[in-house]
Amino acid sequence: MPLLAIKNLHARVAAPGGRDILQGVDLTINPGEVHAIMGKNGSGKSTLAQVLAGREAYEVTAGEVLYEGKDLLDKSAEERARDGVFLAFQYPVEIPGVSTSYFLKAAVNAIRKHRGEKELDAMEFLKLVKEKMKLLRMTPDFMNRAINEGFSGGEKKRNEIFQMAVVNPKLALMDETDSGLDVDALKTVAEGAASLRRPDNAFLVVTHYERMLQYIVPDFVHIMREGRIVLSGGKELAAKVDQQGYDWVENEVQQPV
Amino acid sequence: MTRLADNHMATSTWFGQLPLSRTPSWLDELRRSAAERFAATGFPSPKSEEWRFTQLSPITGTSFRPAERETNARRAAEAVEQFTFGRQAACELVFVNGHFEAPLSKLGRLPRGVQVMSLADAADVEPQLVRQHLARYAKFDANPFVALNTGSLQGGAFIHVARGVVVEQPIHLLFLSSPTDEPTVAHPRVLAVADEGAIATLVESYGAVSDGVYFNNAVTEIVAGADARIDHCKLQQESIAAYHVATMQVHLARSSTFVSHSASIGSRITRNDLNVCMTGERADATLNGLVLISGEQHVDNHTTLDHAAPNCPSHELYKHVLGGKSSAVFKGKILVHSIAQKTDSKQTSKTLLLSDEAVINSQPALEIYADDVKCTHGSTVGPVDEDQVFYLRSRGVSLEASRHLLTYAFAADVTRRIKVAPVRERLESYMAAQHGLPQDLRITDLGSHDEAARNL
Repeated sequence: MPLLAIKNLHARVAAPGGRDILQGVDLTINPGEVHAIMGKNGSGKSTLAQVLAGREAYEVTAGEVLYEGKDLLDKSAEERARDGVFLAFQYPVEIPGVSTSYFLKAAVNAIRKHRGEKELDAMEFLKLVKEKMKLLRMTPDFMNRAINEGFSGGEKKRNEIFQMAVVNPKLALMDETDSGLDVDALKTVAEGAASLRRPDNAFLVVTHYERMLQYIVPDFVHIMREGRIVLSGGKELAAKVDQQGYDWVENEVQQPV
Repeated sequence: MTRLADNHMATSTWFGQLPLSRTPSWLDELRRSAAERFAATGFPSPKSEEWRFTQLSPITGTSFRPAERETNARRAAEAVEQFTFGRQAACELVFVNGHFEAPLSKLGRLPRGVQVMSLADAADVEPQLVRQHLARYAKFDANPFVALNTGSLQGGAFIHVARGVVVEQPIHLLFLSSPTDEPTVAHPRVLAVADEGAIATLVESYGAVSDGVYFNNAVTEIVAGADARIDHCKLQQESIAAYHVATMQVHLARSSTFVSHSASIGSRITRNDLNVCMTGERADATLNGLVLISGEQHVDNHTTLDHAAPNCPSHELYKHVLGGKSSAVFKGKILVHSIAQKTDSKQTSKTLLLSDEAVINSQPALEIYADDVKCTHGSTVGPVDEDQVFYLRSRGVSLEASRHLLTYAFAADVTRRIKVAPVRERLESYMAAQHGLPQDLRITDLGSHDEAARNL
């Protein structure tokens, strides 16, 4: 059974006169796979990740998404998270006053509770996060700071992947994790994410640049344009985009029906 | 100004009803002058600028009897149990219905040079000191509620910390009200004098034995000598059917420091006037406020930072969490005299609206007569941030829990600055209970918040 089956997904901005962004996305992701989504700005790739995560700023107007064989669109954002969907944000928000430690423990335990697993106490939680902090080269004091407050772009992205490592999702949606990162930060973040690959989880990596895909090597690369996937292939597609940009895609794409 | 006949309180017969107490003639004279003043002016007009956003009629239209001493000792004692600081106070004076209750108080062993007693005793024991300061700062001809309080003077608290003396633990003044079937009024009064270099923390708590209609009309005067430091904390948790009007007048000498935390969570209508006068160079004032209300509550905070000397910094942070149909007013006045060069003043007002009907009226009022000053002010109003909510939800935290958590965090920005543990904990527990959160919520360091505040 596929982990994720998207059929003809349409979505618009949930506001009066909101723009149509996704215009018929079809995609199937099986456990163990890494799918890269590329495309120009405005192609809808970021929106795809956010719609899958359940962001209410977008409204689904047609289509179906099955996650583990069950309707995903019916579920709230928190229900999806508890079922193992994780979104690494492109622009992680700052939340003054709520420490990362408190928040992450609440999140981990909400997910565990949902799965019928025992919730972690402070000591157990600390043990869990310690090893993940090493993986992402984070200093322990950041746990006591407010979520993302005063973090540089690189630190915010590392925090996203750190949370992903702690939460251990089945479907990891990475929304332009590479944007705003320098070479070293990218390496740390991408290697960290790549180390989380397992046969029973899957990744949807929305990316602008090919570089991150050198660490998280994709099984499939999809190119989006105007709210649809117009071209799919292997990782050689990413290399071609990197060398030639997106213009050549026009020639390869069949006209939509 | 309403005329004498228009209200039930400002009659000489009413003042005559007050129990006689053994007061010196100068104090009698003070009371009489204030009472006469109130009789002449009555309550403020609802049309006055000062009272534009706060309804006076529920107070002025109610016939209040003077609150009597609580006779049910057990009820009073039970209420004290709820609010007492126990061993976390240097001493604790308990007033019930405005009457000092020595048996319920904990006078403790105060360090040398610290005097904490009822105002009545102070008039006997330290007449010169009381006479020198009482009513000198909160002038009764400037404010009818002050005139009413001063004219009804019969008790209250007196604190004096002598030169260079440091009082480590807070001095707690607990004002409890025990309402009856008929509305009553009391006039809590506080005079605190800190001599040069003295350091003390003063806490005023206002609570109720049970719910009911009553009116507390309080006046607090604080005088800080050169290099002194006073930390003041006010926890107002009156019955939500009650009315609370308070004037706090603070007089700061050079290089003194005043830090105030004011939390309003109770009362149907609250009006706080907090006026700080920096009379000497490098006096430093910090005013923090927290308003947590819902239902039909209304809280009006008027503050004045009077920079009457150069080189004084002042900081203000007022935060409001408004649910239901509640409403709040924040009027922060900053007055900078022409002599007050190098004033450095920052004022911030933030409001979280939890419902569509809640209303905030927030305005700064800057009067600046010096030309080399820094005065910044900022105000934000809005509901819980949707992006922050989605971020938490995307990690499995429910919608409700996310909103509660963010609301708590918003308010905790103020509470975590409160150094008096019993007050901070009481507020944080109250907030956690309001929002279904566990009591072991920990909030981050001051440092990170100050960073954000600097980027106003």
